[in-house]
Amino acid sequence: MEFLVASAIGVLTASGLYLVLRLRTFPVIMGTSLLTYAVNVFLFASGRLTVGAPPILTDAERYTDPLPQALVLTAIVISFGMTAVVVMIALGAYLGDDDDHVDDAAEGEDAR
Amino acid sequence: MSHWIILPVVLPAFLAPFVVLVARHHIGIQRAISVAGGVVMLVLAAGLAWQTADGSVILYQLSDWAAPFGIVLVGDRLSTLMVLLTAILSLLVLLYAIGSGWDARGWHFHALWQFQIMGIMGAFLTGDLFNLFVFFEVLLIASYGLMIHSGGTVRLRAGTQYVLYNLLGSTLFLFALGALYAETGTLNMADLAERVRLIAPDANMGIRIAAVLLLMVFAVKAALVPLHFWLPSSYAEAPAPVAALFAIMTKVGAYAIIRVYTMIFPPGLEATGGLHGWWLLPAALVSVAVGMVGVLAARRLDRLVAFSVIGSMGMVMVAIALFTPAGIAAALYYIVHSTLAAAALFLICDLVRAGRADLDLTAQPPVAGATMTAALFFVAAIAMVGLPPLSGFLGKLLILDAAFGTDAVVWVWTIILVTSLISLLGFARAGTEVFWKARAVAPDEAAPAPSRPPALSYVAVGGLLALLVAHTIFAGPVTAYTSAISAQLFAPDRYLSTVLETPGKLSDADPDEEAH
Repeated sequence: MEFLVASAIGVLTASGLYLVLRLRTFPVIMGTSLLTYAVNVFLFASGRLTVGAPPILTDAERYTDPLPQALVLTAIVISFGMTAVVVMIALGAYLGDDDDHVDDAAEGEDAR
Repeated sequence: MSHWIILPVVLPAFLAPFVVLVARHHIGIQRAISVAGGVVMLVLAAGLAWQTADGSVILYQLSDWAAPFGIVLVGDRLSTLMVLLTAILSLLVLLYAIGSGWDARGWHFHALWQFQIMGIMGAFLTGDLFNLFVFFEVLLIASYGLMIHSGGTVRLRAGTQYVLYNLLGSTLFLFALGALYAETGTLNMADLAERVRLIAPDANMGIRIAAVLLLMVFAVKAALVPLHFWLPSSYAEAPAPVAALFAIMTKVGAYAIIRVYTMIFPPGLEATGGLHGWWLLPAALVSVAVGMVGVLAARRLDRLVAFSVIGSMGMVMVAIALFTPAGIAAALYYIVHSTLAAAALFLICDLVRAGRADLDLTAQPPVAGATMTAALFFVAAIAMVGLPPLSGFLGKLLILDAAFGTDAVVWVWTIILVTSLISLLGFARAGTEVFWKARAVAPDEAAPAPSRPPALSYVAVGGLLALLVAHTIFAGPVTAYTSAISAQLFAPDRYLSTVLETPGKLSDADPDEEAH
């Protein structure tokens, strides 16, 4: 299972980074979404992988670390909100300029 | 337990929704609430700074949970100094925003402003790394709104870049926190400091990765080359009062580096030894060079100021990267100076913009109130470049002095002195083009006479410059205090014992359960 989770994080991160480097708003936003998925799984795994155990201290022997679950919850909420914000701003920039490149225009055009 | 320390976070958190819900359509009431909040914040910050000036550490346990389990707010000399600096800066810049009417050019300026203050204050006061992440996000979300305040395509484009860059930075921050938690099982700063010491030098791979990831996150915030690319466009395109407030945001990154890399990963720590020591200083020196060359190369006044911010952040990072008590003390003196100087310069840019077609460095007819604006620019430029007699000169002198006797002395001295000359040329050229040559250009008769900027704008800029002068005159006491801060940072025992040994709920728990 360690291999599965680790490779899932790796594949998500790699594809996320690839998409971010495309430098057009839609792929970049998709890329950041993939990266946030990757980081959520990573945070989840930072409390060690345990299967079928409750995230709470009980009399039972085994339990899952509950803290990473709280951290992941916070991270999900924040990344969700951030993605919504960036979609709105990027949409505004695209509609105003008819250009969805993320990077600055080449030297010479940028005489603004 | 005193509740004062949480007020800098709670007060803006209450004011912002109040402004949105109650005073949404009344700019006058919003302004009154914002200014009143700013004044109260200043009093609170001064009180906290006074309380910690003797070296005591204020601890606030949220809901009374004891330290590694609950979130804590901690005030020591360093954090209260930064809180005070933020309070002063935000009040003066707020006056400018009101005077120039920037706050009325879009919706919800004052609410976003309060959320921004809340995030910055929380980042300075928190004693928990995940809480630091949350406050980073609070200040970032507010800054996204402020950055695109009053709209415009160019501003939205710059805003997209800014948001995306910071989104990636936040992701990196979470990776760093996950790695830290996996290695140590805690995210409380004081607890981390104790546990990282226990890591054996031969099992240090995970903690080294975490330390480097975390440093990269803070370097993004501090606009350290090569992670600075977000800064020039966003600072130049942001509304002037917002850019002036952003002057403190790069310092949040510098603060986090000082805090984490003196307490959790101190320079003498074996597990992370030789990790950031050898590449942080070169990166900082390159930042200084890139920033100052950018000042000379800029074709617009606002970009010039943005690059001078990169240069001055590089200067701060040079002093921090020495990781000596003298270096940190010099860095803190320079942080105060460069925050005030950069904010003043961004506001002066706006004074110039109000009377001109654009901010290109070309000769155009004089702006309204040119004499006054030119004089203010002259003073602020002297401060930023680091010429005597203002605090920039003293700050650079302190940094050069701190570098003296280290191995890197030749590099530090050469690069700082040469780039100072370059930035002097850049600012002198800009001043000549914008202010001096303006008299030679005949004003366009058809154009309406530009109105003078309101007095409140001058009060704000003058206030910032007066603080710079005071920072110079009282350099003796100030440097004594920054030395005391740096001494406290390099002897964190009192901080650690206050945070970890103050009783609260769960503090008498079985130590086996602590080990997660």
